[in-house]
Amino acid sequence: MTLPLFRIGFLPLVDAALPILAKEQGFAASEGVAIDLVRDLTWATVRDRLLYGHTDAAHMVAPLAIATTLGRGRPAVPLAVPFVLGLNGNAVTLSTALAETVGLGDGLADPVRLGERLRAVVATGRRLRFGVVHRYSSHNYMLRYWLAAVGVRPDLDVEIVVTSPPFAADALAAGEVDGICVGEPWNSIAVDRGVGRIALVTAQIWRRGVEKVLAMRADAAAERGEEVAALLRALHRAAAHFVAPDTAEDSAAILSRREYCDAPAATILRAITDRVRLARDGAALHIPDFMFQYREAANFPWRSQAAWLYSQMTRWDGTPFAEEEAKAAEGVFRPDLYRAALAGSSATLPGASSKMEGSIGSATGVGATQGRLILGSDRFFDGRAFDPDEIPAYLRGLD
Amino acid sequence: MRIAIIDTSRTRAAIIFEGLRDAALGDLVLIDPGGPMLAQLEAARPEVVLVNLENPSRDVLEDFFAMSRALARPIAMFVDQSDAESTAAAVDAGVSAYIVDGLARQRIKPVLDLAIRRFQAFARLQAELAEAKSALADRQAIDRAKAILMRRRHLDEPAAYALLRSHAMQSNRRIAEIAEAIVTSDALMGDLP
Repeated sequence: MTLPLFRIGFLPLVDAALPILAKEQGFAASEGVAIDLVRDLTWATVRDRLLYGHTDAAHMVAPLAIATTLGRGRPAVPLAVPFVLGLNGNAVTLSTALAETVGLGDGLADPVRLGERLRAVVATGRRLRFGVVHRYSSHNYMLRYWLAAVGVRPDLDVEIVVTSPPFAADALAAGEVDGICVGEPWNSIAVDRGVGRIALVTAQIWRRGVEKVLAMRADAAAERGEEVAALLRALHRAAAHFVAPDTAEDSAAILSRREYCDAPAATILRAITDRVRLARDGAALHIPDFMFQYREAANFPWRSQAAWLYSQMTRWDGTPFAEEEAKAAEGVFRPDLYRAALAGSSATLPGASSKMEGSIGSATGVGATQGRLILGSDRFFDGRAFDPDEIPAYLRGLD
Repeated sequence: MRIAIIDTSRTRAAIIFEGLRDAALGDLVLIDPGGPMLAQLEAARPEVVLVNLENPSRDVLEDFFAMSRALARPIAMFVDQSDAESTAAAVDAGVSAYIVDGLARQRIKPVLDLAIRRFQAFARLQAELAEAKSALADRQAIDRAKAILMRRRHLDEPAAYALLRSHAMQSNRRIAEIAEAIVTSDALMGDLP
């Protein structure tokens, strides 16, 4: 008997790990579904293959799923996000020259102090250029959120351009950009090549920042209900496997293959184990929560996460806040599908589907309908909290 | 109507270019993929941009088009604004098109249809080329294997070929595979008795 098949599009990144492991470690087969993986080099192509049926699901930057649903930059096609593939995992890497100018020390920079130094650099009239992976990427919003909060104005003081992840290190090397905000292993590859130095990790900007998601066409998610549920269970088991300490080397070896990340396993292992080397001659540094999967219901698609991304989308696209759009954006994240798939399993299911983002300072127990849920700090570096019901007020407070 | 063509394969770009030119479908600009792409596009100000689906610059292009819109310059949109079916066919063939907003559907349709046909022609060309190359490699391996057998086992050519063929039949493999194995082992064993 052939199993129902999900063709899943992805980009060569460490956070494509869950669908890859679900296939390679047999979790998909044991849940009764098959996975084929389709590798691409740009998010635009991953999205187009999903929209036109070359793939059934995709590893996708979360804001792109929302932008596609809202029709930003292209005609609207509604997508559904029933599962978050991971939180955090990106870094800001500066060119060796800029790292020297701003005087980075041995460890990670302090976001506020690094911001002050960048402000001093741009005040001298030097126009800095940063690369992010897509216009509608969490990288773009994290970078802009940080820069704006420390007084460096995106688009005015610094230019933000797009460079696809596999070419980010090349862009640094060629001097096309002074810094990149990209996922792993591409920061570490820039470090190993000696063309860049990791200054910040995005977990420092937002401790529980939503990153890649599993996106599907909303109609397909509805039509294939049972099969989608089986896929989500397989991904959830892959997530548990991924965070188990004794599996890290194994996972790194799989991800390093030519058909996946096509990068050295030792480099990939650093991201998986949260031990990141910031400079070529430096030692690997333990960065808690650098990449975040599985624990604290990390894979649960909180509607408030989508709402935060929407708030940043209106902010940086310069479009007015619209209640209906905000609802549609939140509706892309589908906690209902997640709950339906994982009810009765060992997964923790939160009692709510939306929360104040950035309001938890230290580990706090919250309501759960299944299992026990204790959430760790989810702070933004500037201490602001985001209430999904008060987006206009939040946006006014940012200006 | 000005059309810009961006392709990582120069051959494919040339094939599309010629097709469009022969059909007199526009004022054509071939973008040099090695050069500064955005500057070339800005200079060309095309109404339609044809780009291969797997082009690594597509995210950069989309950002450029979005920015152009913000600056109230001519803007580009993905083509399915008006015709999802043609777009699906285009994506299947491996071509993506961005068109200036407001360009009539009947004007873009023939361009896209032709681009799809040229993409498919290129794919067929590639397949034929690969087949021809592998047929040539097979023949070379068989010739070399025959020469080795003739020298080492003192056979004439028909006998050497017959030996290859009977081995292939017995082991249920292609003659070229048996030939490859003989060539490889001869290279490894050299002049050993």
